[in-house]
Amino acid sequence: MSQPNPAGAELMLPPGPVPTAPVPFAPELALGLLRDMLRIRRLEEKAAELYGAGQIRGFLHLYIGEEAVAAGAMRALAPEDTVVATYREHGQALLRGVSMRAIMAEMFGKQEGCSRGRGGSMHLFDAKARFFGGNAIVAGGLPLAVGLALADRMQGIRRVTACFFGDGAVAEGAFHESMNLAALWQLPVLFCCENNLYAMGTALPRAQAQTDLCRKAASYGIAARAVDGMDVVATYPAALEAADTVRAAQQPFFLEFQTYRFRAHSMFDPDLYRDKAEIEHWKEHGPIHTYTARLKTQGRLAEEQFLALDAEVGREVDDAVAFADAGHWEPVADLLRDVQTPSAGSAP
Amino acid sequence: MSHTSYREALREAMRDALLRDPRVFLMGEDVGRYGGTYAVSKGLLAEFGPERIRDTPLSELAFVGAGIGAALGGLRPIVEVMTVNFSLLALDQIVNTAATLRHMSGGQCSVPLVIRMTTGAGRQLAAQHSHSLEGWYAHIPGIRVLAPATLEDARGMLWPALQDPDPVILFEHGQLYNVEGELAEDVEVDIHSARVRRSGHDVTLIAYGGLLGKALDAAEQLAQEGIEAEVIDLRVLRPLDDATLLASLQKTHRVVVVDEGWKSGSLAAEVVARLTEQAFYEFDAPPVRVCSAEVPIPYARHLEEAALPQVATIAAAVRTVCGT
Repeated sequence: MSQPNPAGAELMLPPGPVPTAPVPFAPELALGLLRDMLRIRRLEEKAAELYGAGQIRGFLHLYIGEEAVAAGAMRALAPEDTVVATYREHGQALLRGVSMRAIMAEMFGKQEGCSRGRGGSMHLFDAKARFFGGNAIVAGGLPLAVGLALADRMQGIRRVTACFFGDGAVAEGAFHESMNLAALWQLPVLFCCENNLYAMGTALPRAQAQTDLCRKAASYGIAARAVDGMDVVATYPAALEAADTVRAAQQPFFLEFQTYRFRAHSMFDPDLYRDKAEIEHWKEHGPIHTYTARLKTQGRLAEEQFLALDAEVGREVDDAVAFADAGHWEPVADLLRDVQTPSAGSAP
Repeated sequence: MSHTSYREALREAMRDALLRDPRVFLMGEDVGRYGGTYAVSKGLLAEFGPERIRDTPLSELAFVGAGIGAALGGLRPIVEVMTVNFSLLALDQIVNTAATLRHMSGGQCSVPLVIRMTTGAGRQLAAQHSHSLEGWYAHIPGIRVLAPATLEDARGMLWPALQDPDPVILFEHGQLYNVEGELAEDVEVDIHSARVRRSGHDVTLIAYGGLLGKALDAAEQLAQEGIEAEVIDLRVLRPLDDATLLASLQKTHRVVVVDEGWKSGSLAAEVVARLTEQAFYEFDAPPVRVCSAEVPIPYARHLEEAALPQVATIAAAVRTVCGT
């Protein structure tokens, strides 16, 4: 367990044992969460394959391994709530209701994409779903979330702004400035820290003097809680309680999801900074197979049912790929559109 | 007409906007209880309260970013940054978020935000409070950059800036705040055109912001010598109003550009490049730029003065271009 990894640090292992306790959710919710996670997983596996085939380019950051975070957190939000996410946001976008078709078309760079092909994988947007990106500046979304919540406060609108960011963002000044502003002005922001232990290739203990991230939030007087981010049975109730607290108290809340990405940081990352044994340990905690096993043990999911669900998700993925493939390249004549709002009336 | 100052004109513009549109609010360091670092917002807290005249911590990155979020969320924020030098702490949010959101989202998310900041030297504030980085911002697609140089623009530019669905940066030159004069009651100005501030036929003298006054003074001096300079106030640094500049060049065939930024990679360079690209054969003499010396602005008065374009250096440049 304590053999040195290539970075010379201890193996970074999951906080507890693989969960086996019964799933306490009603059938619809129990299967819904499984479906949510499967949709993200299969979408991304296909995206990785298409990246290899050259149909998706740029940076592609996979969420594989972290699905229980988005599944739990997104289901805890109400339709009127607001979401600000990072460049590893396929899961959040999908579960927020952005269609798999629009996401895939965006990754293809087609004008049918949810950002008309202007954003790509890192910049998925859907203003109607109040999904404000897709931000590829680490911690860049936090001030934005604070402002969105401020607008709600000043307009007397009661809703939650959920802001996703990773452990890497915690090192940025924007994180600390935003935590302070949200606490100072008592704004309804749900800070969702996806702590996957690595800021690209830098392990948390190599970047942070204080590795207990909740203590950083608490130092600003913000209620903070850490949860097993590999277990959707933990993430959903924790997110629901946190979102309800933010909504009711109109105060910020910091929820740390302790999670792990199974794939490299991006498609360019040779993943030389983690021990393979560490990755394998975490894979034992894989959010989909552990949850599936628990449902089966409880007699709440038959293998045929799982296969049928997986096949249904597979068809959705195939349909999304076909849609993206059949999509259109925006005419180069439109290159300069959407730099300024047309009513502004002048060239960029 | 009423007698007012540049500072009061800016304040009156904000007061007017706050009265006209409940979505408008002001946010920044010491804008409330202190009354504004340069007293521009003095008195607004008492009139509009702490929700709409919102003091912030010294967190330029977060409160400018929060302004972007608030704009997305349906408000019309005016964010005051104390000086352009401090705005560098918020450069990420301005350049990577405010300027890109609309495009990156495929046209879904406009950012109707106004950022005001002080710029420029001349007050012995040395190298971290005196620079003119307007040209940096003017480099960025997705934002509009304004430089009110007159009482009329100080009073009139804010409202159309707030009506612009995209981010607007408004640069207030620190030496202008105390400038006084007469101002009409109903001011209406555009935020897309350059303006001829003095007609002339011998040479086109292009300036903006804090140096417009010096350019006009130089023009008066030159008139005594028989040189009639046409002085153009750029007003809008992005997007540039090429047409007004070209029309003047076609009349005078000589150009001097005055810019408080450094010459290397300056806004003045952009203006000269545009004119030469579009009207090379109109020039009777090579264009000349009068910019700040390539040095961080020094504290000592005589050195600061030497670093900045002055009436004498502007006039000398005009004489060179006119061959006198």
